[in-house]
Amino acid sequence: MQRTIIDFWVGLFVIAGIGALLILGLKVGNLTSYNTGESYTLTGNFENIGGLKIKAPVKSAGVVVGRVTDIQFSLETYDALVTMAINAHYRFPKDTFASILTSGLLGEQYIGLSPGGDEEMLAEGDKIMKTNSAMVLEEMIGRFLFDKAAED
Amino acid sequence: MSAPLIEIKDLAFSYNTRPILRSVNMTMPRGKVIAIMGGSGSGKTTLLRLIGGEIKPTAGYVKVADQVVHKLSRNDLFKLRRKMGMLFQFGALFTDLSVFDNVAFQIREHTNLPESMIRDLVLMKLHAVGLRGAYHLMPAELSGGMARRVALARSIALDPMLIMYDEPFTGLDPISLSVIGSLIRRLTDALGMTSIVVTHDVQESLKIVDYVYFLADGVIAAHGTPQEVKDSVTPFVHQFVHGEEDGPVPFHYPADAYQEDLKLENHFA
Amino acid sequence: MPKRIITSIQAIGHRVIDSIWRLGRAARFFALVLLKSTTSFLRFSLVIREIYFVGVLSLIIILVSGLFVGMVLGLQGYETLQKYGSESAVGTLVALSLVRELGPVMAALLFASRAGSAITAEIGLMKATEQLSAMAMMAVDPVARVVAPRFWAGVISMPLLAALFSVLGVFGGYLVAVVFIGVDEGSFWSSMQNAVDFRYDIVNGVIKSCFFGVTVTAIAVFEGFDAPPTAEGVSGATTRTVVTSALAILGLDFVLTSFMFRGVD
Ligand SMILES: Nc1ncnc2c1ncn2[C@@H]1O[C@H](COP(=O)(O)OP(=O)(O)OP(=O)(O)O)[C@@H](O)[C@H]1O
Ligand SMILES: [Mg+2]
Repeated sequence: MQRTIIDFWVGLFVIAGIGALLILGLKVGNLTSYNTGESYTLTGNFENIGGLKIKAPVKSAGVVVGRVTDIQFSLETYDALVTMAINAHYRFPKDTFASILTSGLLGEQYIGLSPGGDEEMLAEGDKIMKTNSAMVLEEMIGRFLFDKAAED
Repeated sequence: MSAPLIEIKDLAFSYNTRPILRSVNMTMPRGKVIAIMGGSGSGKTTLLRLIGGEIKPTAGYVKVADQVVHKLSRNDLFKLRRKMGMLFQFGALFTDLSVFDNVAFQIREHTNLPESMIRDLVLMKLHAVGLRGAYHLMPAELSGGMARRVALARSIALDPMLIMYDEPFTGLDPISLSVIGSLIRRLTDALGMTSIVVTHDVQESLKIVDYVYFLADGVIAAHGTPQEVKDSVTPFVHQFVHGEEDGPVPFHYPADAYQEDLKLENHFA
Repeated sequence: MPKRIITSIQAIGHRVIDSIWRLGRAARFFALVLLKSTTSFLRFSLVIREIYFVGVLSLIIILVSGLFVGMVLGLQGYETLQKYGSESAVGTLVALSLVRELGPVMAALLFASRAGSAITAEIGLMKATEQLSAMAMMAVDPVARVVAPRFWAGVISMPLLAALFSVLGVFGGYLVAVVFIGVDEGSFWSSMQNAVDFRYDIVNGVIKSCFFGVTVTAIAVFEGFDAPPTAEGVSGATTRTVVTSALAILGLDFVLTSFMFRGVD
């Protein structure tokens, strides 16, 4: 008789535990924003990626359209080769411009895509030709000082 | 009669370096009740553990049903143990199971009997030890003697061919004592079991056993039928049967001289 | 004097050698438990019964502690973050620290002291009162029947308990930050969801707690089975379970963390 009561409690415990895992995945984590399978990859070479990280969002007009999946140093061009997975819903023209931007003054860095006017669309495995590197604070300050000095 | 159920030959055993058994020789025919007597600490429990294969001898062997126990593989040993029952000196009931579940333990582990049949079997065994009404109690709710009787019921649950009772009579009142005594006798006769009874209770056991072994100094010091034992003039047996303090059986565990231990010589020198 | 030094060096040597022996025995015992686990899965009701004792009965302490830890994190996180004007990141802070570290580690520490010590004491007492010998004499293997179900029950319960700890912690943080202090609810959740990655943070946290579950229960069953069959023996073994588990959890946490979170983030 007692065994069934124990079974009941254990069942409840297991359900609660698995429920907790689901809550962690769906409510706390970003499981909802994972669109497995329905994406295509694009690459781009950047002179300097600054603080860009794997998993950083790829946004266009402020909407998240994909994520950075890989960052490598390219031995052919001596710059950074960034691979990103773009949601299959979103298509971009060949002459799309990719730049590394910062949200806020000190926020996280992401890739911003500004679509061009080309008729042809980027497809799986294509390379974005027009890229703009990250703004590196030290360089900006350096340039600012240099300009000031030149003015004088 | 066929070959003896148990044959013990030149059996020796020591804990660490202290020899407990030096050279024990015994034979136990099937269908008999055999008593093993001996002073406290003489190695009776150890002997039972050797028969059950829980410990391995340093020399000699124990043969049960023509198999040398300490040479058996683990599987074969477990197969043999299914046919053995052992009543532990302190009961060793499973404290997390009720009396009923304790007795049912082996039946559930080793058979696929339906629950209704298990119930009947368990209640029969409990009835035999007079505790059918206590089936729902937990071991913590039992007295020492009741616990011992439940343990007895548990050890006979699967009707084994050999049962070893380690001091079944201690802690029992005179009535339960003679009931348990005759139960051991009846089980042996009715089911053709063989029983080994380790006991200090000379009078009670002489009433029910077929043969007696006396264990002392790591060897069998004397043996015989109950009648031979009662009539024996061997000082050792006489002392034991009549419970005298003086005699060949030492009351003290081996030790240095008493005076030296107490460091008395300085004061009286 | 030199004699005393020599004896103390000898004592240290003995302890070291003893520990090596014990470690070897523990490893062998662990292998034995794994080997004899088939019974546990064929008769899963044995494991379920033990899950009740190690898992369900640990729930209260896990849930209450999780809630309080989360509330403290929320409070402290808010205090610090609001100085930089980024109090909406409090959700991120609470969630990341719980999911990655505090959930698995704290739950495992609590589990070791609540369930691990109980397992050790129970097995040790069964040994001291000859219940294990009696079982073996009934041709039932105590490792398969008593030890393995407890081991698997612990291994199964631990990740579930850790997940519950984290969820209650996040809820506690939400309670303090959003309900009591008034951080914006939307940014609380969205900053959390942006920062907590399912694969890197949550899955790694779960993997951690699985490791901890194996470690704690393996220590607990070994200490119980290896305990000298006396009252002191059992109480000493119980203490050792808690101490050894705590050290093992923290050490293992460092090793796992350095494997898991290297190079990411
Ligand atoms: N685990 C052990 N380790 C070391 N020595 C032991 C152990 N168990 C028993 N002994 C020793 O072995 C000897 C025999 O013990 P055993 O339990 O066989 O005695 P016994 O004849 O059953 O005594 P009693 O009638 O008091 O039960 C004792 O002197 C005891 O000190
Ligand atoms: Mg004894």
